[in-house]
Amino acid sequence: MGDTVTPMSVDTVSMTGWGRTAPTTALRFRPRTYEEAVIAVTGRGPRGVVARGLGRAHGDAAQNAGGSVVDMSALDRVHAIDPAAGTVVCDAGVSLHRLMEELLPLGRFVPVTPSTRFVTVGGAIGADVHGRNHPSAGSFTRHVRSLDLLTADGTVRTVLPGTDLFDATAGGLGLTGVVLSATLALRPVDTSLMSVETERAADLDAALAGLAATDDRLPYAAARIDLMARGKATGRAVLTRGEHTPLDALPARARQAPLEFRPARLPAAPAYVPEGLLGRTSAALLAELRFRGTRAARARRLQRLSAFLHPLDALPGWNRLHGRGGFVQYRFAVGGGQEEALHRVVRRLSLRRCPAFHAVLQRFGEGGSGWLSFPVPGWTLSFGLPAGLPGLARLLDRLDDEVAAAGGRVCLAEDSRMRPETLAAMYPRLADFRALRAELDPDGAFRSDLSRRLAL
Amino acid sequence: MKDAFGAPQSLLVLGGTSEIGLATARRLIARRTRTVRLAGRPSPALERAAAELRELGAEVRTVAFDALDPASHEEVLGKVFSDGDIDMVLLAFGILGDQARDEEEPLSAVQVAQTNYTGAVSAGLVCAGALQAQGHGSLVVLSSVAGERARRADFIYGSSKAGLDAFAQGLGDALHGTGVHVMVVRPGFVRSRMTAGREEAPLATTPGAVADAIVTGLRRRSETVWVPGALRVVMSALRHVPRPLFRRLPVR
Ligand SMILES: Cc1cc2nc3c(=O)[nH]c(=O)nc-3n(C[C@H](O)[C@H](O)[C@H](O)COP(=O)(O)OP(=O)(O)OC[C@H]3O[C@@H](n4cnc5c(N)ncnc54)[C@H](O)[C@@H]3O)c2cc1C
Ligand SMILES: NC(=O)c1ccc[n+]([C@@H]2O[C@H](COP(=O)([O-])OP(=O)(O)OC[C@H]3O[C@@H](n4cnc5c(N)ncnc54)[C@H](OP(=O)(O)O)[C@@H]3O)[C@@H](O)[C@H]2O)c1
Repeated sequence: MGDTVTPMSVDTVSMTGWGRTAPTTALRFRPRTYEEAVIAVTGRGPRGVVARGLGRAHGDAAQNAGGSVVDMSALDRVHAIDPAAGTVVCDAGVSLHRLMEELLPLGRFVPVTPSTRFVTVGGAIGADVHGRNHPSAGSFTRHVRSLDLLTADGTVRTVLPGTDLFDATAGGLGLTGVVLSATLALRPVDTSLMSVETERAADLDAALAGLAATDDRLPYAAARIDLMARGKATGRAVLTRGEHTPLDALPARARQAPLEFRPARLPAAPAYVPEGLLGRTSAALLAELRFRGTRAARARRLQRLSAFLHPLDALPGWNRLHGRGGFVQYRFAVGGGQEEALHRVVRRLSLRRCPAFHAVLQRFGEGGSGWLSFPVPGWTLSFGLPAGLPGLARLLDRLDDEVAAAGGRVCLAEDSRMRPETLAAMYPRLADFRALRAELDPDGAFRSDLSRRLAL
Repeated sequence: MKDAFGAPQSLLVLGGTSEIGLATARRLIARRTRTVRLAGRPSPALERAAAELRELGAEVRTVAFDALDPASHEEVLGKVFSDGDIDMVLLAFGILGDQARDEEEPLSAVQVAQTNYTGAVSAGLVCAGALQAQGHGSLVVLSSVAGERARRADFIYGSSKAGLDAFAQGLGDALHGTGVHVMVVRPGFVRSRMTAGREEAPLATTPGAVADAIVTGLRRRSETVWVPGALRVVMSALRHVPRPLFRRLPVR
């Protein structure tokens, strides 16, 4: 607690997710100590409480209308790094960006990073995030050795993998409690650069084949899909694969500071952007440029880690580029063997000429143990669309049906519009999740707009 | 909760037999609405309306509510909110009155004012308080172009709507930042029970079109919606027409 006597910051604010849709207002607490976090949770009102990290979930997972929201970003101490064991113990409010700054000079890296590093450790656990290395690394919580969870009764429990409470919390969207701290296993790296190969894929089948053929040597892989391309080119993509560059692959000059972490950042996007700036024409043009700008055959080069793994982070506040109406993110997964469903979804989008941005296709390996964890072995496709696009609500409902019929699922941390009816089929462990919550938190202390909307 | 497109899961219609209200309910049930409360004066028509919406798949209940009895609003509406979140309240009750008669009989003119204005102030404030406690929700108020500038032909109704409109705008400002969204809807001539038998005004529209405009307004979180949209321009011109000329404009 230190000698600070200033009270914990508490204010009433309107919040949205990264997509900037469906704002609601809550009492926001910003604890700096575990004790203050306990006060925020035990002092909750009748509308409950939920933790919030950096608000990168696209939908309403980290907001709680009329209740309390515990903003974890001030609980950001890195407690101990054990280079020999390759582990770090830190508060849940520490961002992956911060961890990278601390760990890279020691030759360590986070085992899994989503395509933004501005997420907290708590958010990475709550959404059980995945990265482009999912086939080999699995999702985030596979690397959590232990976590401290503040539950509804105000007690703090140490939760270990292999327990029901761990599996409910991994991907549990903050609904089992507030993660206060965690011990993570790290991966060793020689350098802060990535060796990257890019290649064109002429259509969706080529992209799928390319991703399926990815070898262990290049554990990170993803395909940027051009969802506006039509006809024979439907689903054409730019495939990118990468690995952490070994020291001996660096040019001599770079070897002097191989672990330097210098992410590039542009000035923030302007606060006001007219609607439709990123409309059909610009989306199609950008996709065309990306495709044409990639050589048909494999090309290899060195890239900064941030440029390869977190390209969007270079433009802070880019979510404002979609104007006042905000945008909707759609991420789904279908199992291996369900490629036809993937084809149907891509065809639907291309026929409608949806100005989807940042459409990324990836392969998923083994799923994690989390009951509501998103990844299932197979494929995942994600993209964003402006919320104002006519007919979008219905189109996405049709995609839900398509995905559910193929035994697939929609990612809850990025959802902002799904129907509660479709949920149970997508997440077979939902009943276990509900049962555990009913026992652990009978009054429903932990609630969010998402949990209300989907009756989780 | 509303989804990213502003589509509510639960709806309370004040004036449960209103044609515009029911057209809106149908549109919303086709999207995300599963729970509907129809508040109105008990009548077979109210029950029929509920039954019709149930056919569409919603869980519907009727609630006895009289705009002319503001003393009961706190209790009646409080009970609706205590059963669960209401994502959207549609304030749809109102009476047109009969201008000629109302001029003759001040007490019947007062009915118009008390229904359209006083009743709405009371019900609006009760709902606003409950929505604010929820931290989210939309209060959609059916005002009218008639309130934009009082006309010889219907100034009793028009003035009640002018009061309602000003009230709703102010309430929207008061609730700014609370998570509650207030939307003022100003339809022109709508072909409904209310206007049956009257001569149509230019730019006449339908309850369905008003419903569509409301759905779009919810997504955009609009504060003011004109139906049809062209009325925004027409009315902003009419507002500046000098009185002597305005008096002589053809009515309705
Ligand atoms: C540009 C961009 C790219 C993305 N790419 C990917 C990707 O590649 N893969 C992927 O999996 N996801 C991706 N995401 C989603 C993002 O990684 C997750 O939504 C993540 O949870 C955000 O972390 P956050 O700290 O901002 O948490 P928030 O968005 O604030 O919260 C997310 C969820 O975690 C819960 N939570 C937060 N902190 C805690 C805590 N301390 N204890 C308990 N629960 C907590 C919240 O209650 C909420 O349910 C991306 C998001 C963006 C904006
Ligand atoms: N139609 C138009 O041209 C037009 C144009 C602009 C604005 N508007 C406004 O839009 C709203 C809906 O109109 P509409 O066209 O749908 O008309 P409507 O079908 O006649 O609906 C009016 C509703 O108000 C209810 N009501 C009247 N007095 C009430 C009271 N004391 N307590 C409770 N409910 C009461 C009626 O209920 P009962 O069944 O009990 O009578 C009915 O449900 C009204 O506010 C109207 O002023 C209409």
